[in-house]
Amino acid sequence: MSDHAVSLPAGTGSIGLEASGPRGPKPRHVFSRRNIFLYGTLIVVALYYLLPLYVMVVTSLKGMPEIRLGNIFSPPLEITFEPWVKAWSSACTGLNCDGLSRGFWNSVRITVPSVILSIAIASVNGYALANWRFKGADTFFVILIVGAFIPYQVMIYPIVIILREIGLYGSLSGLVIVHSIFGMPILTLLFRNYFSSMPEELFRAARVDGAGFWGIYFRIMLPMSLPIFVVAIIIQVTGIWNDFLFGVVYTRPDTYPMTVQLNNIVNSVQGVKEYNVNMAATILTGLVPLVVYFISGKLFVRGIAAGAVKG
Amino acid sequence: MSKSERPNQLFRNLNAKVASIPMVLTALVIFVGGSAWTVLYSFTNSKLLPRLNFVGLDQYYRLWSTPRWLISIENLLVYGVLSLVFSLVIGFMLAALLDQKIRFEDTFRTIFLYPFALSFIVTGLVWQWLLNPEFGIQGVVRGLGWESFNFDPLYNSSIVIYGITIAALWQGTGLIMCLMLAGLRGIDEDIWKAARVDGIPMWKTYLFIIIPMMRPVFVTALVIIAAGIVKVYDLVVAQTSGGPGIASEVPAKYVYDYMFFAQNLGQGFAASTMMLLSVLIVIVPWAYLEFGGRKRV
Amino acid sequence: MRYQFMTAALAVTTALPFAGPAAATDLEVTHWWTSGGEAAAVAEFAKAFDATGNRWVDGAIAGSGGTARPIMISRITGGDPMGATQFNHGRQAEELVEAGLMRDLTDLATRDKWTEIVQPKSLLDGCTLDGKIYCVPVNIHSWQWLWLSNAAFEKAGVPVPKNWNEYVAAAPALEKAGIQPLAVGGQPWQASGAFDVLLTAVGGTDTFLKVYRDKDAEFAAGPEVAKVFKAADDARKMAKNTNVQDWNQATNLVITGKAGGQIMGDWAQGEFQVAGQTAGKDYTCLPGLGLNEVIATGGDAFYFPLLQDAEKSKAQEALAETLLDPKTQVAFNLKKGSLPVRGDVDLEAANDCMKKGLDILAKGSVMPWTDQLLSQDTQKQKEDLFSEFFAKPDMTVEEAQKRFADIVASAD
Repeated sequence: MSDHAVSLPAGTGSIGLEASGPRGPKPRHVFSRRNIFLYGTLIVVALYYLLPLYVMVVTSLKGMPEIRLGNIFSPPLEITFEPWVKAWSSACTGLNCDGLSRGFWNSVRITVPSVILSIAIASVNGYALANWRFKGADTFFVILIVGAFIPYQVMIYPIVIILREIGLYGSLSGLVIVHSIFGMPILTLLFRNYFSSMPEELFRAARVDGAGFWGIYFRIMLPMSLPIFVVAIIIQVTGIWNDFLFGVVYTRPDTYPMTVQLNNIVNSVQGVKEYNVNMAATILTGLVPLVVYFISGKLFVRGIAAGAVKG
Repeated sequence: MSKSERPNQLFRNLNAKVASIPMVLTALVIFVGGSAWTVLYSFTNSKLLPRLNFVGLDQYYRLWSTPRWLISIENLLVYGVLSLVFSLVIGFMLAALLDQKIRFEDTFRTIFLYPFALSFIVTGLVWQWLLNPEFGIQGVVRGLGWESFNFDPLYNSSIVIYGITIAALWQGTGLIMCLMLAGLRGIDEDIWKAARVDGIPMWKTYLFIIIPMMRPVFVTALVIIAAGIVKVYDLVVAQTSGGPGIASEVPAKYVYDYMFFAQNLGQGFAASTMMLLSVLIVIVPWAYLEFGGRKRV
Repeated sequence: MRYQFMTAALAVTTALPFAGPAAATDLEVTHWWTSGGEAAAVAEFAKAFDATGNRWVDGAIAGSGGTARPIMISRITGGDPMGATQFNHGRQAEELVEAGLMRDLTDLATRDKWTEIVQPKSLLDGCTLDGKIYCVPVNIHSWQWLWLSNAAFEKAGVPVPKNWNEYVAAAPALEKAGIQPLAVGGQPWQASGAFDVLLTAVGGTDTFLKVYRDKDAEFAAGPEVAKVFKAADDARKMAKNTNVQDWNQATNLVITGKAGGQIMGDWAQGEFQVAGQTAGKDYTCLPGLGLNEVIATGGDAFYFPLLQDAEKSKAQEALAETLLDPKTQVAFNLKKGSLPVRGDVDLEAANDCMKKGLDILAKGSVMPWTDQLLSQDTQKQKEDLFSEFFAKPDMTVEEAQKRFADIVASAD
């Protein structure tokens, strides 16, 4: 199995380069050499990508005795949903034995306002940067982009102090602000690129009609930017839902998001590691972003194309 | 434009400026202010709480004579180069494959992209499990009869960083593929036609014509990958906790551990200042060229 | 008349909400006790505290002290303190106390005569700064134990060793029987703790104090300590291929007979208990590795952040009293596998291993532990060194000792 990982680049490489012309008409022979190569490679690579998910699902459906027997790839002999029930409702951290269920709603309460606020800020920022350049705007933007590279650990302490000074430490609003701040660089970049790729004439015409900053934003830009909003929503939902560091530092135990509880459950070893419960908990935690991805598939690619491609 | 009674520069584009306040505040207070604060305190001997008790460059001398820091830097370089190169190569290859007008494109794309929806914590846990020598890949292959098969990257100091890279690539290449695919779709069909008419081979067309045209895509991809590399932390914590020993430590973990576990803020700040410095040296000139100044052609 | 009635009714209704919270105040308590035995033990505290009419809000943070402490500290310095929090008493919370963020418990301590009930007296020293008391020690944990699986030695056909040297001699037999001789988990503090135990056991108490209390770097580079490094090298070879991370997973290897033994603090006992094993029959414990029987007076303590809320402050006092209550002490420590902080409680139910510990304590063979002697910074450097040493077979003993001496030289 390990061979996949190692031979992957070489394999895909030769095929990607040698395959006959892309953009050509659809090949007539279904079993041409090209097709066998092409689909063969894609399927092998797809298997490599699916393997971990498969192992997670299979493991989560096994009982502990079966797991100890060994083969992680074998399908479960006896399917049990017990690990799922335990992970959701009764896995323990310390004295709290209510599993992930508590964290789920906390995560929702953290994610929804953070996504809305961060996108609202970033879209307006991107719009201002693309269409209403003012002196110094680029400098701030560069600082913002550089900020995307700063490890979060560096910022933990100063932000603790800032939040303390404005009295928001430990509250949900504090965490929402933190998420909005750290989502800003990449989102602003995306929105700025998207808005600058829109035809200049549109903007000019609106100006001539006397529309102002907000008028153009709400009446012209916003209706035309569904794809980029989809991308932004997906990136933020996954990013914020999956966040661990901020969740653990800037909240208190009764508002811990799901990822923190996942970590607590996985690391609260009671004797033997319950791999099946851990895997079930892991899948449960990843479910929300996964679903978002599966249902938004095509829109995501289209949005990415719009936001990232035109520099 | 706005030649009103007040020709004051400050009030031009007033709305845009008001709208940019959150960005300006973030840039100045959080990123610049926070960084400056960190740099300032890196010259102190702050322990658990930040104190302005200056000790000059002591923290830096100590930092650069600490074996763990040196290992962290080395790991980051290996991990960085590998994940940068392989993310771009694999991402581009997969995109090129998907761009061949194939059937089930949506299915394949979803499969390649779904790991991106999972957090690094989850990714680390799954791969820790897959690479566990007892239960994972090694155990299974041995169970099939190949007794001498050895594949335990997470328990072997000299290759553990590759084990982490495999997991990181699994998680991140999907997004890069999506970017590349979008880029490829944006290229005019006529260019392919012209290349074919001129008899230029496939690979040459890709290498010398298509890739240069996709520069903006590569730039965005580069930003995303590079930002992830410097920040790599959760993945290591979930997968190996820096082990075996200190073989898979990374700088961000050094910062966190020394700031909080060791209660030595000064040392942690010195390490983060070094990270900041290297980021600045690489990024700032490039960011100015790329995003600063007036619109390029 | 009516008016009077009204005011009376008003008085009742306004009095009620005041009486309500006074009777049941929620107090959030953070700690890192999440393994099976630990959770069972902390439940005893919660039960006893709830019985006082207040409510224990559990703030367990999984991982280890290393994961939990930063979160606790950020909460306290960030101005959102919990009601009470666990620390290892000693120097972990020193600066928080200095910054005036922690509550001074001296009045309470004088009233309840802590100085008389807490045994050994040195425990309270860890809680004292400038003559004031800031924490409540709840147990004594000593690191210096060797836990051996009787079943594993039986399988290997060798008698259960009586001390470290016999154990090292028995290692080849264990290995031949397919048993991991020594289990050391991958978390850095385990390797570093094992070394400290070897330092007291092989080197002796004086050696330990000379290195860690007096911070004598020259001595740390000398032949006495070289002997200890030789022993650590043995341990490293015996622990090769332990593919577990957490300490209780390593303990589990001993419980299931997959490993011969483990050097771990007395908290490991809780795991044996949860697994239903009996000391002496299923497993053997050797305090001080059978070489130097002393007990280090490390342990856990609760600190109380300074709160504005008067109700909560009162609840804090109730909790402090509960923690030291003889009954709670017994119930908690039996589950936790640690020793109680008061000498006057009855530990009838204590098992063999705890009795051994109590005997040593009664004899007065106590010594301070690294939590009291070294800063977290120095401890972390030590952890880095020893986790590297245990994981890297090609790191020479000489190189490790040299680096160790360097750490001691810069220690604080």
